[in-house]
Amino acid sequence: MFGKGASSSKSMEIIGYEKKFSVLIVDDDPIIRKIHSALLSKFTKEIQEVKNGKEAVDLYRSGASFDIIFIDKEMPIMNGLEATKELRAMGVNSTIVGVTSCDLSSERNDFIAAGQNQCYEKPLTIEKIKSLLSELNKNN
Amino acid sequence: MEVGQMQRRLIEYTKSLFMEGILDDQFLQLQQLQDESNPDFVVEVVSLFFQDAEKLLNDITRALDQQSVDFTKVDAHVHQLKGSSASVGAQRVKNGCIAFRNFCEEQNVDGSLRCLQQIKQEYYHVKNKLEALFRLEQQIVAAGGSVPMMELSF
Repeated sequence: MFGKGASSSKSMEIIGYEKKFSVLIVDDDPIIRKIHSALLSKFTKEIQEVKNGKEAVDLYRSGASFDIIFIDKEMPIMNGLEATKELRAMGVNSTIVGVTSCDLSSERNDFIAAGQNQCYEKPLTIEKIKSLLSELNKNN
Repeated sequence: MEVGQMQRRLIEYTKSLFMEGILDDQFLQLQQLQDESNPDFVVEVVSLFFQDAEKLLNDITRALDQQSVDFTKVDAHVHQLKGSSASVGAQRVKNGCIAFRNFCEEQNVDGSLRCLQQIKQEYYHVKNKLEALFRLEQQIVAAGGSVPMMELSF
């Protein structure tokens, strides 16, 4: 019944958020990308990852689009705030969620001013994603 | 040793790591993300952390060894190490990094060197513990058993 290394807890498949959605993960840290990718794959199969803000903007310029963007604040080349401003200026309406390893309370205003819908402290957890999705569900 | 015994031993061992503050809740989050489609997830993430941490510790050591220490650089490395240790639940390493950043702010070389020593110790400690944990898991799986899950309520 259990495969090699499989956990013995009940299945983590999240049912409840029926709408299909796509996500873009923007973070320069490969450990974070891997964790957030695994986390979000409990909720959706449509996941893409990029390493910095510029790659995210380029993706959108090339015609790609995602329902939710999880964007790190501190990244080289183009950081999260800059990329958010750029995307909003391009007319992008995707839900943008900031993720930061700094103290959230002092940064929340920066995030909202740049055009983000929500922000969380790293790392994301199952609970944070669930609460985000139920919030988005309500607003739709 | 039969499978049931090994499983109990693993649970006790994992619990002790939490009690001692070596690991925190984030490690449990990682275990929750492991499943049939991602069976080696925890080992993979932790391996990334080991690689990242060792490189950063070397970078920090070199930076502190300079005639004129560039604390902006040191702080950037420590910030990264804090992030990756927090991601895997290596609590003591993460806390060491938080303390380290204060010394960077003060541009305190001696304090920084002492802190670095401390963090290196904590890092090798958690590395040994995690490697032992993974070996226990491997033994269970090799004996045909499944790896028991820790409860999230703690």
